[in-house]
Amino acid sequence: MSKQLIFGLFLLLSLGLFTYTVFRLVSFFRLTKKGFKVDRISERITTTLLVAFGQTKILRRPAIGLMHALVYWGFMVITIGSLEMMIDGLAGTERIFGSWGILYDFITASGDVFAAIIILSCFAFLVRRHVMKVKRFSGVEMTTKSSMDATAALTMILILMFSLIGMNTGYLVHHSNEIYGSYPISSLLTGLVSVESAHMVQETNWWIHICLIFIFLNILPYSKHFHIIMSIPNVFLTDLKPMTQMNNMASVTKEVKIMMDPNTAFAPPAGGEESPPPERFGVKDIEDITWKNYTDSLTCTECGRCTSVCPANITGKLLSPRKIMIDTRKRMNDRGPGLSKDSNFSDGKSLVGDYITTEELWACTTCNACVQECPVNIDQVSLIMDMRRNLVMEESNAPKELAQMFTNIENNGSPWQFSPEDRMKWAEGLTLNT
Amino acid sequence: MEETEQPQQDSQQQSNNGAFHVPTVAELKAKGEEPELLFWVGCAGAFDDRYQKVTRDFVKILQKVGIRYAVLGTEESCTGDPAKRAGNEFVYQMQAMGNIEVLNGYNIKKIVTACPHCFNIFKNEYPELGGSYEVYHHSTFLQQLINDGRLKVADGGEFKGKTITFHDSCYLGRGNGIYEAPRKVLESLDANLVEMKRNRSKGLCCGAGGAQMFKDAEKGDREVNIERSEEALETNPSVIATACPFCMTMMTDGVKDKNKEGETKVMDLAELIVKSNNI
Repeated sequence: MSKQLIFGLFLLLSLGLFTYTVFRLVSFFRLTKKGFKVDRISERITTTLLVAFGQTKILRRPAIGLMHALVYWGFMVITIGSLEMMIDGLAGTERIFGSWGILYDFITASGDVFAAIIILSCFAFLVRRHVMKVKRFSGVEMTTKSSMDATAALTMILILMFSLIGMNTGYLVHHSNEIYGSYPISSLLTGLVSVESAHMVQETNWWIHICLIFIFLNILPYSKHFHIIMSIPNVFLTDLKPMTQMNNMASVTKEVKIMMDPNTAFAPPAGGEESPPPERFGVKDIEDITWKNYTDSLTCTECGRCTSVCPANITGKLLSPRKIMIDTRKRMNDRGPGLSKDSNFSDGKSLVGDYITTEELWACTTCNACVQECPVNIDQVSLIMDMRRNLVMEESNAPKELAQMFTNIENNGSPWQFSPEDRMKWAEGLTLNT
Repeated sequence: MEETEQPQQDSQQQSNNGAFHVPTVAELKAKGEEPELLFWVGCAGAFDDRYQKVTRDFVKILQKVGIRYAVLGTEESCTGDPAKRAGNEFVYQMQAMGNIEVLNGYNIKKIVTACPHCFNIFKNEYPELGGSYEVYHHSTFLQQLINDGRLKVADGGEFKGKTITFHDSCYLGRGNGIYEAPRKVLESLDANLVEMKRNRSKGLCCGAGGAQMFKDAEKGDREVNIERSEEALETNPSVIATACPFCMTMMTDGVKDKNKEGETKVMDLAELIVKSNNI
């Protein structure tokens, strides 16, 4: 009974903390702007099945992708076991799903095997980070905190898996004559546990495992490993447009239509229900981003696949698509709390300028290689473009060649300084070979 | 892409020496006619010395197969793409609305263009502003002509057995999923098609997209087009094939930078077809 009480207390504490975090995030989301409409649900489900559950994008790099996919699929199976542990903990039962028969055998066996695979994978991931020092895990945005964040998460996952196998091994020895489920890996280790200590081994590992789940759950939202929770929804909420499609700004459409139509140009505004003009074009600070930009930033795992394929970054420019995401999330953490209490709150800084420099923004070629490679369908380019819009339309801060290009288009209908009269020069003296 | 073989219009017939006139939509309208297909030339196609050659070759193909096409001529104006990608939504939408007015005024239904940036903006961004057309990039269009047997593939033409590598345009490939059409066109040349290490959805940008074409690059270790040209040259190609005016400029400059312009030519799909088929 006391075990149930202690467990219930831990569960409450954990869920309580998590609820606080959720409310905090909701208050941040309230600061963001509307984005695209979430429709075409069946297409979204397909995308989610492929990209999230099928891991298709992470598998674009087959070897390391497969290791991640195995960890992911392992987590899916092991989560069923975690759910069982929660119920057991509350109800004072043991292996309550044990009555599922062969299905239970399948779940426990795959969980047991996956635990071992995850252990091997996590070691490989640690080696890649700390021994091989894979290039994409470095960069200006990859601070010591970020690196520690990754190492801590991997360590926690390792302990989770070791404790799972420990718990299973203890269970096998303790209940040698009445076993529910099947445990191919743990059964190899039964020799390491004596009958006398078996129950203690099982219980200790049970508590380690369950407590770590509670801790992990509450650390995740403050870590890059929040992707464990965010990536499935983020993939589901993908903007399903063609990658190079850039949205038309409705506020500009309205103004351009008025300018071009002599009838409306001087007409009084229609009714009083017109929405007030937007305070700002494009994105300057955190209140200008859309909900999807923020979801993207929360989902970013800092894997750096985007940056490793960015033509600007490859050739030594400052732009790193990963940094755009990290900075956005950081900016929300820095300004969000103040802003959600007071809509005029200012700390004298802004996302563009103090976090992301104009030099980074102007280096983007909009090639969308970053968007293509992101395993969780983050759209870095849209945000970069919205920041450019702010630079140009609010700050008139475009490189001078681009300002000249705008003038050329306005005056000559071409980005170069050619006379529109010469548009047909190419067609002179054309002949077909006969 | 369902045009049937049309009897060639007077305005479109070539004289005995092969000379022909490129009709404008306005000229056709004056005669009470409408083109079946609008060829959107684009600013690079109209003004860039190098890309004018592509425009001329593409028009030769249209003329050869006898499609009732026309161009807008002096009524054509920038789609607004470079302005939009450089953050100037006003200039873009002014251009878009102006163009849509002209296109709709002429009742244009079908557009082909040799510029992936124009293609992308017509296909994806104009419809919401009232400009909905059936839009083709010339790579898809050429492939269709070949498939339909309207463009005869020369047996053992100029490029038979020559090594050709295709550089994917981002706005064509990643942007709009057109990876195979240009390759199919190249296959018709009977050439030795070799892929670069980074190809199709993993293709590396030439460095010109997102209005980079119109400004100096930011400070870095090197230029993007050099990185990409080196990769292309690793395949020892006779031809680096492109399907975008900006890619063409960037790759040509890159090849020059490596002093390889003697061995390796940068050519557009339309040019390759014209040369191979002696059109």
